[in-house]
Amino acid sequence: MKKIRVLIAKPGLDGHDRGAKVVARGLRDAGMEVIYTGLHQTPEQIAEAAIQEDVDVVGLSCLSGAHMTLFPRVVELLKEKGAGDILVTGGGIIPDEDVPKLKELGIAAVFGPGTPLKEIIDFHEKNARK
Amino acid sequence: MMAMNDKSELDEIEKDFQRWKKECLNKSIETLPERDKPFITTSSVPIGRLYTPLDVKDWDYFEKLGFPGEYPFTRGVHPTMYRSRPWTMRMFAGFGTAEETNERYKYLLHHGETGLSVAFDFPTLYGYDTDDPHSEGEFGKCGVAISSLRDMEILFDGIPVDKISTSMTINGPAPVVWGFYIGMAENKGLNPDIISGTIQNDILKEYIAQKSFIFPPEPSMRLIVDTFEYGFKELPRWNTISISGYHIREAGSTAVQELAFTLADGLEYVRAAVERGLDVDKFAPRLSFFFNAHNDLFEEIAKYRAARRIWAREMKETFGAKNPRSWWMRFHTQTAGVSLTAQQPYNNIVRVTIQALAAVLGGTQSLHTNSMDEAMAVPSAEAARIALRTQQIIAHESGVTNTIDPLGGSYFLEYLTDHMEEETYNYFDKIDSLGGVVPAIKKGFFQKEIADSAYRYQKEIEENQRTVVGINDYATEEPAKIELLKMDPEGERRQIDRLEKLRESRDRKKYESSLDRLRKAAESDENVMPAIKDAVHAYATLGEICGVFREVFGEYKDLAIF
Repeated sequence: MKKIRVLIAKPGLDGHDRGAKVVARGLRDAGMEVIYTGLHQTPEQIAEAAIQEDVDVVGLSCLSGAHMTLFPRVVELLKEKGAGDILVTGGGIIPDEDVPKLKELGIAAVFGPGTPLKEIIDFHEKNARK
Repeated sequence: MMAMNDKSELDEIEKDFQRWKKECLNKSIETLPERDKPFITTSSVPIGRLYTPLDVKDWDYFEKLGFPGEYPFTRGVHPTMYRSRPWTMRMFAGFGTAEETNERYKYLLHHGETGLSVAFDFPTLYGYDTDDPHSEGEFGKCGVAISSLRDMEILFDGIPVDKISTSMTINGPAPVVWGFYIGMAENKGLNPDIISGTIQNDILKEYIAQKSFIFPPEPSMRLIVDTFEYGFKELPRWNTISISGYHIREAGSTAVQELAFTLADGLEYVRAAVERGLDVDKFAPRLSFFFNAHNDLFEEIAKYRAARRIWAREMKETFGAKNPRSWWMRFHTQTAGVSLTAQQPYNNIVRVTIQALAAVLGGTQSLHTNSMDEAMAVPSAEAARIALRTQQIIAHESGVTNTIDPLGGSYFLEYLTDHMEEETYNYFDKIDSLGGVVPAIKKGFFQKEIADSAYRYQKEIEENQRTVVGINDYATEEPAKIELLKMDPEGERRQIDRLEKLRESRDRKKYESSLDRLRKAAESDENVMPAIKDAVHAYATLGEICGVFREVFGEYKDLAIF
């Protein structure tokens, strides 16, 4: 069976990378192929990397509060580049009231603080493009 | 505990300890076994059932503790500690525009806080103006946007900066933002030598953990030594650095890693300044520290005590400092943001109380207590006030401030303090074997150590080796009902308008020549602070000044290891 390929990305200026790294490692230990962009990526760089690396899922992490600007921008760019079938998820410090808005804008799932790794892994196994 | 050195008494305790195990303990365990979950600290360190004089066998009171206000300062840096004055209650705050944050400062001062602490937004932390393309979406989100001297003047409008100290969490652009603050004080008619405060200015932990760096390590270290030198000459009451473990811990390190990496960074700064030819007793008294306060009460208290002892020893013995103030480790503490849960947020008030108590029992000089809503957003005024009240209740109601180092002499605490000290020296050896702090950063050593600890901690929660209330036990389905902070939606527009007006109205010639002078200073080995101050007063913006440095010094790129 083909392994699920995931790009974990840190958009914007936020340097809080604990969550992104823990999730990256958790997905890798669950048998997925994980690429981590490192910090300070623009949405353009992230979309580009997702296409280059032919990933199934892009996981965005942002704890600075800039998620409403940055997350939907990645979804838009993927669509523009004909890669709208790549699943985009998000995590970080995201107030509850922003979650429905993000989902409307094409973020498939939002994993807030305290989300068990298992829930994130299950979501990928169930929803990543096959 | 002095008498515990007595060999015959120790033998007797050992004998009786064995008897107790056989006759008393084992029987009890048969009928009432101990719990299955491991007995470990927040940092996964195993903890024993009981500590006795046998755990601190070769222990010498004078060598290990001494008296407060005297070497090795284990019991505290002041002879009276909180009996004279409680710690400074310094709430880290900042969001949106300078106007909104100014209002929050006045609110906190009105409610009894005794020091200010500025949180800057990400563009400011990276030396970008609000209207820079890199700033998109980040304006004012997790701190206040300060792009020029004008913004700094608004931020401190109506605040007596000659009477209150201000701490600023700023690193990459620290000399510039410090320049804004000094310029603001000068424009209020104050002489800089009377103002007091702190700039974080600790770039090594940025590469290691917090990741808001701009320039590569070498020019960054040079800028820091420039601030040390300028500081002791021009602003003798200013702490020119706050060597920080806070962010290392937040990024996932253990308590020992926080302690060891922070002290290693501190020693590296001292080395760099001594290499420049600065007199250690001139700059060392203005070095300050910043630690995390996590949930594990005793582990945290031991950490602060070990920190003071190691620092005093290293400054005295390794660097030959003669001024006792150079031996002091003065530190700020912030409760652990990472310990807060978005689930059942009111529980966070309790976590913060325990953490704040650890900081106080550990002898902190100043304290920030996190607000219960910080796993969701920047704190609301109400939540920040409860956090401040938590400190006031500890200071005035708990009784822990009546005596100095109240836990000193506890077998468990002294064992833990010694143990953490020993582990710290093990890390020092490891860092030395990698060629020092900067080479170890470039090899990703610290980053990997921290990522490993963060992942282990998460696994412990997932595997139920560790309970987090409201997360993997005692969880509820109901959503958190809590009012979050709302920022002025027009703030960004107003800030950008202000920047545009500033660029149009300033004296163009003065501004241009100040940046030329700055470039020359950066390219030479002259201290950059006077040139920064010129540029600040010519209303050059943060982005423009840092832009010159970016061109001269280049930019640093993080190793993306996980």
